[in-house]
Amino acid sequence: MRGFLSYVKRNPAFGAGFAILIFLILFSTVGQLFVDTQKGPYALATMPNLPPGPGHIFGTDRQGRDLLAVMVVGTGLTLEVGAIAGAIGLGIGIVMGFVSGYYGGIFDTIITSMIDVWMSIPGFLILVLIASTFRNIRLGVLEMGLIVSIVSWAGPARAIRAQVLSMRERPFVMMAKLGGMGSLEIVMKELVPNLLPFLVMSLSQSIYGGIMASLGLEGLGIGDRRNPTMGMTLFYVNYYSAFLVGLWWWIIEPVAVIVLTLTSLVLISFGLDEIANPRTRRGL
Amino acid sequence: MTLQYFLRRVVFLFLVIWTAATINFVLPHMTGRDPIKEMLMQQIASQGRKPAEAQTIMNLYNRLFALDKPLWQQYITYITNVAQFNFGFSMQQYPRTVMEIIIARGRMTMPFLVVAIAIAFVGGVWLGAILGWNKTPRWFSNIIIPPLMVFSSVPQYLVALVLIYFAAFRWRLFPLGDPYDKFLTENWGDPKFLASYAYHAVLPIMCIVLVEASGWALGMRAMMVTVEGEDYTTFAEAKGLKPTRIFFRYLLRNALLPSLTGLAIRLGTIITGSAVAENYFNYNGLGSTLGTAISTFDYFLLYGIVLFMVVGIAFATFIMDMVYPLLDPRISYRAQRG
Repeated sequence: MRGFLSYVKRNPAFGAGFAILIFLILFSTVGQLFVDTQKGPYALATMPNLPPGPGHIFGTDRQGRDLLAVMVVGTGLTLEVGAIAGAIGLGIGIVMGFVSGYYGGIFDTIITSMIDVWMSIPGFLILVLIASTFRNIRLGVLEMGLIVSIVSWAGPARAIRAQVLSMRERPFVMMAKLGGMGSLEIVMKELVPNLLPFLVMSLSQSIYGGIMASLGLEGLGIGDRRNPTMGMTLFYVNYYSAFLVGLWWWIIEPVAVIVLTLTSLVLISFGLDEIANPRTRRGL
Repeated sequence: MTLQYFLRRVVFLFLVIWTAATINFVLPHMTGRDPIKEMLMQQIASQGRKPAEAQTIMNLYNRLFALDKPLWQQYITYITNVAQFNFGFSMQQYPRTVMEIIIARGRMTMPFLVVAIAIAFVGGVWLGAILGWNKTPRWFSNIIIPPLMVFSSVPQYLVALVLIYFAAFRWRLFPLGDPYDKFLTENWGDPKFLASYAYHAVLPIMCIVLVEASGWALGMRAMMVTVEGEDYTTFAEAKGLKPTRIFFRYLLRNALLPSLTGLAIRLGTIITGSAVAENYFNYNGLGSTLGTAISTFDYFLLYGIVLFMVVGIAFATFIMDMVYPLLDPRISYRAQRG
């Protein structure tokens, strides 16, 4: 713990990102104790179009959602979508990256060309296709996370492969090989622990990608329209032309939450990048 | 091995387009439903489309996509159609073909998109170069970099929302939507039309520029810092060259090249991002047509636009790949080996 604190001091980007993320998580978990999560974040909960004031400190929207409740529940949901997509994406990425980088040969050729082709197709468009083709499936948080993870594996896979390639030839891996460790054992006991900061960085990047993609989909109106996620809130802001009727609080609040969420993830991966690639430490 | 490099990129280009087309083909088949029939039934029920007319449309689709033939024949027909940019008819605006709509709407989107990407790239690279230069005062970077980090990490449509609210609604500086004034007709030779188009494009361009230029500025800054650490820069300084000469001839030129690769990689994200942003601007371009196609379940239009965008982005990337080795002689034309 002391080590962590002193590290944060040296690496303000990571510290700031981590603090914002913790704040958002607390906001959505502790906040749920104080707001009505059963009715509040859904339509017709209270009077519509109320500006921020006593009773509804974040105001209400055009359909009578209590925006404080929407923010509390929605922040959680959006982070959840990101976490599901990020975890699955990173999981697939780790398997692909390690197989491709460590075993090489035909696996490497197949996997790298798959990654190259997949990364050249704008993933967001594929998501639009998939999500709107299977429109009879209710796109809740879990489904959204699953769909978004379809595009979030390629980035981590490529990055992990490159890291594994450079690590494979290091002396300590040679030593482990000479010591009679099996391939799987080397990967699990030697490579993964050494790549840990890098993997955490990849995780925060793929959570970032997942949240971006889900926001984009929901912004186009794809997804469960009842779920008060941040993307859906934005969709309704646009759908009911919040700007034209002057409900500024309805625009500013989701924008603020999204900016905080995305910035925190970027800051975290930016900070972790310094540990993962010591080369960049010098310049900053 | 220029020829080998060229062939490799061509094969890759085709692989990308083919994969996208195949996904387009496979997805509707996986649902096990018949969107054409469903759509026509719904139109008969709610929009007063005549059953006889519906049957004609149905036959037309069957002929066009060989839907009554075995699957492999359907696939071949589909791929041939796509290769000829024949995406069928729009289901909602029936007599119009998808390609017609794409051309009509794409005409609105293309010019502002190209201008925006150009401004964002040039502006971002310059800003990044200045930020990364060791002669730039430190307070300048300290003020500029935090907002850049925020802008580069949010999606375009978020910036769009805020811009629309302040610049268009509150201060009434710019129009709220539409690619050109409603009282004008589309005529690209008319200076009045062009002026109106440019005026309406300011906000969409601004939101692409704010987001993308920030990303490039940060990337360029990091590259500048790396190049400053290179031996040839130290040598140039030791020779006593003027700082501006070092900046232009040594730092800028060497740091610029990775940014160009960055442009090729970002292209897809920029275009899809601005497609979503268009929906917020109510812009009536290709992106908002995509949004409409999604909400009205106009599958052929949806698939057509998606495939068109994939092909467009793949070609743009291909061209960048072709130009890049000409700019950087150090690049080897051979495939990269691990």
